[in-house]
Amino acid sequence: MDSGLSSLGGGGGGGSGGGSSTNESVTTVSKVEVVEQMSTEASSYPGEAELELGLGLSLGTGGGGGGLVKPKQPSSAWGEYGRILTAKDFPSVLSNASSTTPRFSNSSAGPVSGTKRAADSAVSQEVGSATAASQVVGWPPIRAYRMNSLVNQAKALAAEDDKADSENDKFKDTLKKKPYTGSNKNNSTVKEKGHLGFVKVNMDGLPIGRKVDLDAHACYETLAQTLEDMFFRHNTTMPPIRSDVEKGQSTNPSKLLDGSSEFVLTYEDKDGDWMLVGDVPWGMFLSTVKRLRIMRTSEANGLGM
Amino acid sequence: MNYFPDEVLEHVFDFLTSHRDRNAVSLVCKSWFKVEKWSRHRVFVGNCYAISPERLIARFPRVRALTLKGKPHFADFNLVPHDWGGFVYPWIEAMAKSNIGLEELRLKRMVVSNEGLELLARSFVNFKSLVLISCEGFTTDGLAAVAANCRFLRELDLQENEVEDRKGQWLSCFPDSCTSLVSLNFACLKGEVNLTALERLVARCPNLKSLRLNRAVPLDALQRILMLAPQLEDLGTGSYVHDPDTETYNKLISTFQKCRSIRSMSGFLEVSPLCLPAIYPICSNLTSLNLSYAPGIHGDELIKLIHHCRKLQRLWILDCIGDKGLGVVASTCKELQELRVFPSDPFGVGNAAVTEKGLVAISFGCPKLHSLLYFCQQVTNAALITVAKNCPNFTRFRLCILDATKADPVTMQPLDEGFGAIVQSCKDLRRLSLSGLLTDRVFLYIGMYAEQLEMLSIAFAGDSDKGMLYVLNGCKKLRKLEIRDSPFGNEALLTDVGKYETMRSLWMSSCEVTLGGCKVLAEKMPRINVEIINEYDQMEFGFDDRQKVDKMFLYRTLVGPRKDAPHFVWTL
Repeated sequence: MDSGLSSLGGGGGGGSGGGSSTNESVTTVSKVEVVEQMSTEASSYPGEAELELGLGLSLGTGGGGGGLVKPKQPSSAWGEYGRILTAKDFPSVLSNASSTTPRFSNSSAGPVSGTKRAADSAVSQEVGSATAASQVVGWPPIRAYRMNSLVNQAKALAAEDDKADSENDKFKDTLKKKPYTGSNKNNSTVKEKGHLGFVKVNMDGLPIGRKVDLDAHACYETLAQTLEDMFFRHNTTMPPIRSDVEKGQSTNPSKLLDGSSEFVLTYEDKDGDWMLVGDVPWGMFLSTVKRLRIMRTSEANGLGM
Repeated sequence: MNYFPDEVLEHVFDFLTSHRDRNAVSLVCKSWFKVEKWSRHRVFVGNCYAISPERLIARFPRVRALTLKGKPHFADFNLVPHDWGGFVYPWIEAMAKSNIGLEELRLKRMVVSNEGLELLARSFVNFKSLVLISCEGFTTDGLAAVAANCRFLRELDLQENEVEDRKGQWLSCFPDSCTSLVSLNFACLKGEVNLTALERLVARCPNLKSLRLNRAVPLDALQRILMLAPQLEDLGTGSYVHDPDTETYNKLISTFQKCRSIRSMSGFLEVSPLCLPAIYPICSNLTSLNLSYAPGIHGDELIKLIHHCRKLQRLWILDCIGDKGLGVVASTCKELQELRVFPSDPFGVGNAAVTEKGLVAISFGCPKLHSLLYFCQQVTNAALITVAKNCPNFTRFRLCILDATKADPVTMQPLDEGFGAIVQSCKDLRRLSLSGLLTDRVFLYIGMYAEQLEMLSIAFAGDSDKGMLYVLNGCKKLRKLEIRDSPFGNEALLTDVGKYETMRSLWMSSCEVTLGGCKVLAEKMPRINVEIINEYDQMEFGFDDRQKVDKMFLYRTLVGPRKDAPHFVWTL
């Protein structure tokens, strides 16, 4: 049910939100480009592939009207969709007599940052129901334990991807004196696996992630430069032209890599561990990286800061 | 009859295992009553408030195995306020005081405290088996007490409980001398476990047949555990996540090949689908498979797995298997007796993960099916009629259409005829749950045909009091009736009040029953507790008899109004 959701950029899929106010975080978010629909993401939630990533502001009440108002909710519509509900939220919402259980129509996905988020919203979307029809406590009749499990599992799946956070801080960096921050000569080890290409990049504080083509880079410097452009200039939507990058052109040394920023560049490797970018040879990095995260330095404990 | 010495009678009664048989036997004459009373070891109490612990002990002084059920069924769906009741402590306390030689305790929907578990563990020397289903109120500290003190513990089975995990070392509390475990299920615990303690425990329990791990047990630990317990028959994996290109995974493959006894599997709470092939060799022996907590396995992987499971009798699965996947089940699992299809996205976006088509396919392929729980987007009368024809053996039939009042999408008719066909065809039907658009007519059919029906769940159905009356008049064996959001009122409630003494309980919420009607009932039936649950505003109690009652729960009892009712429960 569309409900006064205005779409900025990208896909439609406006949806209703029960929350009604916006705040500065939404404004910030709105500047970020909408990423392509992550329909390739594996998901156990069948509804997700259909959900379009429409970014918009939820103005006024949703089409569901009378959505359950939960005082605990952050006041922004974005926050409402972005918030990861805990299992605690679930039963309390269910037992509230006024309303629960939205019935989503196809267009009511609401702003989402990823299909997993959509699943989260979909599964947990007691609040701000999409349609006025059937807001029902205790329906469908699924044991509360099972419901909580579903929510937690959805959370876990979503947490593997992007975290939603509506803050945006300045850059600082930690990677000083790392051996491989310079150009790496091991270009031959680039692209060990054909699918390597684009990997996700998330930054703490931004609900919408980006993707960067690792194949377009031959060294950490250009990668970091690209990421800085993506996340701090907000005006770079295209990946850097391959030829430029291969020539190793970069005008400024990367702040992400030299330790002068508030943020640290990290990556998740094959074992699921989060590692600091820059320690290993570029090729080895390529063969083990699954995705990237621009992490707040304060969270990156023990990096000799 | 009086010629037989008591010992002979007792020996004969030993062969009677069903509670109903033993109950019948005790009514024959005084001496049979006496013998039966002193030889009854297993007691089932379907409603913990129907009788008091003291009276139970007086009646069956030699009880060794007790089953207790607490909260009404709808408590599962958050329709019953949290502290409604169902406390087990008084029972444990009473039995401890009377030196009952309790060995087994099985609880469902009850509030269990750490104090209760500690008292249990200290008081009953021969305690062997604790099964907790959908219980709450305890932490892992209580489990530690059980582990530490029950020297002959055989079974610790925790199913779908809300347990606060204190991250203590409860598993380490099993003493080295404990070697008697046969069944250990801690899948519902959320916290870390001491893997070393777990492995050592498994190693020293050679009779361990059933082991269900929680999410905190990783795949490499699973592999080590299986090496220690190749005799396992029932396995619940914890986290089944790993990189398949590793030594560990290869070891797991060969370990699974050694586990020739596994007949039942569950878990896969987190899963790397690429690691599933390791279990294919086991699949061909499986009779029971529960993947309903494994949203990480997607439709096509599920289908691949099912292809290997030719001997399945019980399958619990998520609806991401789809109608197509159910078709595969139908053609592969010819021995299927019980099927449960749960929604993976309960408030979903309207995508038909499964519809009536999947169910129809199952009905064609699995003639032995007798127990069904099916969540789906839609159902047609035609489909239900086909299912009824193909599977006349249903004993449990629960169909839940996610949109609670949805009509037949093809004919736009109510689903009366479809469900009518089910009750008419399935002569042994004992449990039925309805959903979809339904009029009084379906209840007419139920009253007419569902002669063995014991439990009926109704939601958003019917037009008038007649509906409920058809059921109350027709279903002679009805024991539990639960109704929500249906237009049944005082006339239906009060027409045959004697009926309620033949039933265990009646739940009505968001119906048309008024306070006045409930009062009349309570007055006429002193051996029925009529509880009004009003969680929002107690001030409204007793002010206006015409006011509709939000939630009413009535049950037969021998011990009058309960003394532990919270402030929001008013027993009339």
